Amino acid sequence: MHPSRRDNGSAGEPRPAPEGPPALSVDNLRAYYLMHYFGVEREVRAVDDISLVVRRNEIYGLAGESSCGKTTFLKTIAAAVRPPLTVVAGSVRYGFLDRDIYALSPAELSAIRWKHLSYITQGSMNVLNPVRRVRQSFIDFAYRHMRLHRRAFFAAVEQHLRRLHLAANVLDAYPHELSGGMKQRVTIALATICRPEFIIADEPTTALDVVVQKDVLAMIREAQQQIGSSMLFVTHDMTVHANIADRLGIMYAGRLVEEAPTAEIFTKPMHPYTAHLVASLPRIGEQSRKKSLSGAPPNLAAPPSGCRFHPRCPLTMDVCREASPALTTLAPGHRVACYAASPLVKPSATAERAAVPTPRAEPVGLVQ
Amino acid sequence: MFRILKDLLRYNREFALGAILILLVVAMSLASFFSPYPSGLQYVAPFDVPPSWGHPFGTNSRGQDVFWELTFAIRNSLLFGITVALLSRLIALVVGLTSGYIGGVVDRILMSINDTFVVFPPFPILVLVYFIFKDHMSWALLAVAMASLGWPYDARLIRSVALSLRTREFTTQSIFSGMSTRQILIEEHLPYVLPIVFATTMNNINWSIGLEVTLSVIGFTNIETPTIGTMIYWANQHTALVAGVWWWIAFPVGLVIMTFIGLYLLSVSMNEYIDPRSRLSRMGGSA
Amino acid sequence: MAAYTLYVLRRFGQFVLVVFVGINIAFFVTHATPIDPITAAIAATTRFSQSDPQAVQMTREALRELYGLQGSLWQQYVAFWMRVAVADFGPSLSAFPTPVSTLIWRALPWTFGLLSIATLISWGLGNLLGGLAGYYRRNVALKLFGVVASGLQPIPNYVMAFVVLVLFGYVWPILPITGSSQINLPQGWTLAYFESVFQHALLPVLSLVLVGTGAWFIGMRALVSNIVTEDYVTYAELGGVDRRRILISYVMRNALMPQVTGLALSLGLIFNGAVITEVVFGYPGLGNLLIRAVYAGDYSLVIGIASMSIIAVAFAALVIDLVLPLLDPRVRTA
Repeated sequence: MHPSRRDNGSAGEPRPAPEGPPALSVDNLRAYYLMHYFGVEREVRAVDDISLVVRRNEIYGLAGESSCGKTTFLKTIAAAVRPPLTVVAGSVRYGFLDRDIYALSPAELSAIRWKHLSYITQGSMNVLNPVRRVRQSFIDFAYRHMRLHRRAFFAAVEQHLRRLHLAANVLDAYPHELSGGMKQRVTIALATICRPEFIIADEPTTALDVVVQKDVLAMIREAQQQIGSSMLFVTHDMTVHANIADRLGIMYAGRLVEEAPTAEIFTKPMHPYTAHLVASLPRIGEQSRKKSLSGAPPNLAAPPSGCRFHPRCPLTMDVCREASPALTTLAPGHRVACYAASPLVKPSATAERAAVPTPRAEPVGLVQ
Repeated sequence: MFRILKDLLRYNREFALGAILILLVVAMSLASFFSPYPSGLQYVAPFDVPPSWGHPFGTNSRGQDVFWELTFAIRNSLLFGITVALLSRLIALVVGLTSGYIGGVVDRILMSINDTFVVFPPFPILVLVYFIFKDHMSWALLAVAMASLGWPYDARLIRSVALSLRTREFTTQSIFSGMSTRQILIEEHLPYVLPIVFATTMNNINWSIGLEVTLSVIGFTNIETPTIGTMIYWANQHTALVAGVWWWIAFPVGLVIMTFIGLYLLSVSMNEYIDPRSRLSRMGGSA
Repeated sequence: MAAYTLYVLRRFGQFVLVVFVGINIAFFVTHATPIDPITAAIAATTRFSQSDPQAVQMTREALRELYGLQGSLWQQYVAFWMRVAVADFGPSLSAFPTPVSTLIWRALPWTFGLLSIATLISWGLGNLLGGLAGYYRRNVALKLFGVVASGLQPIPNYVMAFVVLVLFGYVWPILPITGSSQINLPQGWTLAYFESVFQHALLPVLSLVLVGTGAWFIGMRALVSNIVTEDYVTYAELGGVDRRRILISYVMRNALMPQVTGLALSLGLIFNGAVITEVVFGYPGLGNLLIRAVYAGDYSLVIGIASMSIIAVAFAALVIDLVLPLLDPRVRTA
């Protein structure tokens, strides 16, 4: 492993974006859990009007506390939606596709999976079939895309493993014979074998201990650079984001509340929730106790009116209770949805319209 | 409690159907208290009359009214099933809770015994019991014998729940607050386990009524006590089907099938209500 | 490999325990009760005639020896185990002088055949359809099958066998309802004999399958609907792995192991069902033999069958459990 390959200091330096369409653009996406059980109708707005862009070759980090809708968001952009989760409005477009991902037939969708779009998931401990050897998982996932004969295919797999500093004999192991870190590494190798344009990573390091975590992060970074793909990286752990993300989006209760280059998020957070997340990170030599937020994350089935953060926010104003703030660009590449951050932030036109398919809106966040 | 019941009745078709079936069966057994004929007495009605207004289920070759005889039979069968179920629940609870809570060697020993009993074929053992006791065979003896064979499956289930309860915070808290093991098991863990016990009770009643019918039909119980099984036994003795007295067989068989399906539906729908996983999977999406 | 050896040893220990406890129950039910089987037997044989008291005494002694009821309870206990160990329960009283073991060996193949064929069909069918029903939740035909299966499943074998018997014996008599083959056909490797055996087996197998399939169906459906939410299935779906491959190698394959364990655990109940079905259809297996032995007051035969069926069922469960590691690499190597 080469954990030192990427210095912490370089995190957050925005690299120049290459030409061409972005790797992923999400517009006004809403995905709700629509449930009816024992006569009770419930609507949980797990993803509520999110728009963001992931550039080519970039690692976009998405942060937020648990149950803020991060994983639901990933499911939605991966077109892995199944009832009761329902996409209510919005579009998801990838650079490698000429259409919205939801316009694809199941066969077309299956054809892009792994070849163009792959996944490193939360709970990677259990993502490998316990009764199949690792080798068979590679066949199941990648063989059809590689267009190689058996022998050439395995040669390619072994070469790929070597590039990622894994021994070829992991192929003959069963998942239970591998350690947690090893399983995660195998999953990363599996997710990158087809050199996909886009990788979605959902808390890939959460279950690992700190030392292994560092190695695995380095490996993800290395793999991403080797194959030149773009990545959406989700974790609640701000320290991990500091190490890996180029840009960061902060989610709170189903909404994107701030987005900026990683360094800026840590040095100049504009949203009070982001400020809280950053302030709660431990610093060397620090003595004082961390202030914790009062209150619990809101119930997404009955979210607070207006800005969803207002019941816990130290800066609440009257307007916060009434209307939801629009995500507004306040500095180059820095979008914030908070009235307290600037008077330029206006109420959002689309945010409170529930369960009605909205017409494609203008790109959000332009300064009027 | 009543709200849950109301919800279940309104939104769970299986539960509603099961409840209706069981209500009918229970009403039938309660009707026995209004019977114009005493239980089990022969030659009180004309022979082999097909179903009619006077005898809605007809009469049999022993001079009994099938309807009223059936009310006694289903009452005894139900009582028998409930007795066996309660007795075996008691064993299952004690074994399951103790094993799950104490763990270690006790758990290993109890579960070895448990698995041993799971494998036993109960029928040959019950036949053996009958063979030895023959005319001394009583209702109570059979119930005890069956209860001592009918607990292991559910003991394992209860153990697995108790095992998960042991690691919960409130258990630790109870230990620190100085509660005795017995107190913790009865006051803290029992309430969590009871819903499961309730669902398994239905299954166990089914199992024991089924076995009782089986043993009675071949004459391996006290055949003078009217139960569903002994009714079929006597009908077979009089070759009712060959003689064309089909109502003697059809009504008891129909009623007992109603009982089985009713109890089964109740147990399934309650299980579903209890198990959060199947609850989730039932929440249909509207898309 | 050491892990597998340990597994086999543990499982074998369980088998020994089952047999030990089972035989003890059989012994204490028969020996530690106030009822004397010999008095009962003599009462049965002398019911219709006056007998010489001396002859009765001689019969008493003879029976005592025959049944292994001489000496103290402890001596009887040891003698009982000796009999079990060599599977020699003495001569049968009702079919004197044929040994009990011969009668059992004659009946065993019929029970084994009926039980294994019916179990294979219901286990296979139930798991296949249950797996499909759990995976394709919106399929109407499978839903309908589920309703029918859960309606049939709680009906005890006796009642089901009886209903099948009435339907095909009286209402629509197209199949033989009793025996294992046509009575006047000589046993042998002839086509006619096999055809007859096949026909006679149809109804007993049918009634066992009708009850048995439902339970496996429902169990498998529940298992599969849990497994489809497992990470490895979701991940394979995200990976665009072929749907059929996911169904077979990911979902069904992982659901199979608990179902095999379930098969081993429910053998006792399945045996019950087979035995009772035999009684209804007059099938010449262990069940029928047991009932006739009880009617005839054949003490040694009843004990022989009870003991042997406990051992047989425990042994079958052992065999299934030893096969399990072939399916599950975690048991094999962990």
